[in-house]
Amino acid sequence: MDSTLLVELSRAQFALTALYHWLFVPLTLGLSFIIAIMESLYVKTGDETWKKITKFWMGLFAINFAIGLATGIILEFEFGTNWSNYSWIVGDIFGAPLAIEGIMAFFMESTFFAVMFFGWDKVSKKVHLLSTWLVAIGSNLSALWILVANGWMQHPVGMEFNLNTARFEMKNFFDVLFNPNAISKFLHTVSSGYVMGALFVVGISAWYLLKKRDILFAKRSIIVAASFGLLASVFLTLTGDESAHQVALTQPTKLAAMEGLYDGKSRAGIVAIGQLNTDKKIGDGQKEFIWSIEIPYALSFLGFRNINAFVPGIDDLVLGNPTLSIEPAQSKIDKGKVAIASLKTYKEAMRENDNTKATIAFQSFRENQSFLGYGYLNDPAKIIPPVGITFYSFHIMVGLGSWFLALFFFVLYFSMVGKIETKPLLLKLAFLSIPLGYVAGEAGWIVAEVGRQPWAIQSMLPVGIATSSIDPISIMITLGLFATIFTGLLIAEIKIMLKQVSIGPEGEAHV
Amino acid sequence: MFENMSLLSLQQYWWFIVSLLGALFIFITFVQGGQTLLYNIGKDEAQRNVLVASLGRKWELSFTSLVMFGGALFAAFPLFYSVSFGGAYYVWMAILFCFIIQAVSYEYRKKPNNFLGSRVYESFLYINGSVGIILIGIAVGTLFTGGHFIKNEMNLSAWTMHSYGLEGALNPFNVALGFTLFFLARVQASLYFMNNIADDSIVKNAKIQLFRDALLFLGFFITTIVMLLVMSGVSYHNTFFVVSEYKFLHNFLNTPLLLALFLLGTFLVLFALFITFFRKSTKGIWFSGIGTVLVILSFFCLLGFNATAIYPSLSDLASSLTIENSSASHYTLSTMSYVSLGVPFVLAYIIAVWRVMDRKKITSEEIASDAHHY
Repeated sequence: MDSTLLVELSRAQFALTALYHWLFVPLTLGLSFIIAIMESLYVKTGDETWKKITKFWMGLFAINFAIGLATGIILEFEFGTNWSNYSWIVGDIFGAPLAIEGIMAFFMESTFFAVMFFGWDKVSKKVHLLSTWLVAIGSNLSALWILVANGWMQHPVGMEFNLNTARFEMKNFFDVLFNPNAISKFLHTVSSGYVMGALFVVGISAWYLLKKRDILFAKRSIIVAASFGLLASVFLTLTGDESAHQVALTQPTKLAAMEGLYDGKSRAGIVAIGQLNTDKKIGDGQKEFIWSIEIPYALSFLGFRNINAFVPGIDDLVLGNPTLSIEPAQSKIDKGKVAIASLKTYKEAMRENDNTKATIAFQSFRENQSFLGYGYLNDPAKIIPPVGITFYSFHIMVGLGSWFLALFFFVLYFSMVGKIETKPLLLKLAFLSIPLGYVAGEAGWIVAEVGRQPWAIQSMLPVGIATSSIDPISIMITLGLFATIFTGLLIAEIKIMLKQVSIGPEGEAHV
Repeated sequence: MFENMSLLSLQQYWWFIVSLLGALFIFITFVQGGQTLLYNIGKDEAQRNVLVASLGRKWELSFTSLVMFGGALFAAFPLFYSVSFGGAYYVWMAILFCFIIQAVSYEYRKKPNNFLGSRVYESFLYINGSVGIILIGIAVGTLFTGGHFIKNEMNLSAWTMHSYGLEGALNPFNVALGFTLFFLARVQASLYFMNNIADDSIVKNAKIQLFRDALLFLGFFITTIVMLLVMSGVSYHNTFFVVSEYKFLHNFLNTPLLLALFLLGTFLVLFALFITFFRKSTKGIWFSGIGTVLVILSFFCLLGFNATAIYPSLSDLASSLTIENSSASHYTLSTMSYVSLGVPFVLAYIIAVWRVMDRKKITSEEIASDAHHY
């Protein structure tokens, strides 16, 4: 079996599913709350226009929701089908949030989804409104649990390796739940979904204004969505800052890749924009960037809340930095190999009922267990994620996030002063920003997941050990099928969405 | 509370929870069964729209139940999840494909500019309801008949056949179980339509269809039960495994409660058919639904109790999985057990919402006037 090909194909299939899933979920997260706010206005004012507005956006929500569910179920089962070793080695911890997600969130979403769509004439206004809010809360609870699981992958806490079962086992559920990495990841991710939902509503409403149709509908939608989007953007910035701070504390290789930082330094600045030197190699002393614009001190301050803090670079992390007591990767690999050998010896000793040998092996394992994952690597340079894609994705995400904040501010301002219709350029920019929201969301996921490489579980389990033992050809077949089906369904969704937008809230198609 | 329970008690508790979720999922597959009957019961487009609308208010529950079943297996029995999903790759992937295409079909089927056309989405629904359910039956069947896997001392597993689970489709028991579930889903679908839709023509057609499917269901069901009672299973004691003749017959006889559940469940399904055909009742779905849950629950519990392997290995008997060697740790199981206390609450609000939404039967007029019907 070609293990490299197997790993790459397994990653490709999971990445494809996750990227498609993440095309649909942010809109669900954000639009569900926007709809709930709109319906609240309807219930409060009794104004039928708000009901019409709510129902229109609800229709688009449903089109998007279904395909998000479809891709979501695949992700859950791919942990088993493509990452079966992972499922065993960390399933004792990772499985729990997924099961809780099902009990607490999925049933809430799916049960009240039916009331939200088909219950207008079957339940009271207040019960219907409650159902709409519960769908929004359920969607976001779902995000909480899956991001608790993901946060644990980025920063594993609350567990211990059990040598008898050869797996990690949970020791403290609340450490897993309140893992700072998970909390910041959850808040940052859902707020990016809120921004996406707001961009979607503002952008489509802007299109109506540009076409000079459905004016009242569009203006009211913009007011709600731009207010929501502006608040969400501020929150997104704050949670992004905290998320990056957590990365600095727990995933230094990811931070170094995000910033293209090879030579670590105190008072490090953030590269606002720049072009990476693609010839740059670890420890070769070459310049990191062809050109760049840097904000001085910002990386030290944002990463460690101290402008004098030292931010380790890729060279420090791979080659070590004795002055600052940064251990070379090769030393970690050596210790990891001791841990693996100790585990094997322990197993042998248990088979042979040799307690002395088992005790020595056990102690040796415990002394080196923090480096277990490194023992599966052979090249120190492999601890660094792909720098180019991580760096550019991070900067695209941050740049677009800043643009959305400005966009919501201006759209809301001109809406409040009643001049939004007289700003066609702003309206065009708002409309064109819809796809940019998707680009930013996907870029964020690339930073999170590609930036974690080569680990499935940070420092504990590399992706190469986590896959299923199956023929690569099997994955090629399913990867091809997934790509075909997902793409087909995406085309269908876009075509249906465009048609529904063209038809508009009044229910008549405009040519 | 749960932390004071023994590991074995927690493992048995969680096998029961997983079994209950599996049983509820099989009940809710009346949605899938209904998807295969759109052209049998719906004689024109308007009738088919009513049928789809009726199922469309429940389809997410079937989807969610499947996800929940998978999630609970992952959390409580991660080694089973790892071995089965990572090994029987093609079977599980085929099942997943059948469910992807279901998810969008309700919403997209009647939408203008839907790219593939209504008939394609209807065929997606048919594939989901037929191939999807039969494959699930085959996959569940392998819990009784076994899979071709081995695991090493680190509990990492590999499948020994390159057909990756498709070979399960050659086992008569697995196939019989697959068709039993398929026709059970159709039987329940007809009963559901009769209960949920106020349209004489649809009810009449559903009753005719019910008769045909009930005969086929009973044929496959009896075949499956006979095969189950005479087949061998795998018993274990500590780490030693042995093939036991008439294992599941013995399990029934040794655990009278399971036998009682099975018999009561079977009676309720038959009672549902009786009152539908001979008492003109439209409440059969409730009896058959409870009956289905009890029968499937007893089926799954046959595996998890009485020192029985939940997944025998056909390649290396010592690699067989049990609730004891495949479960999560005591800490995780006890923590998850507190979460499981939320299940009755979830069931309660599902039932409450279901009652409210179905208080008034669906009519073709309602569907024709609803802008957001499926």
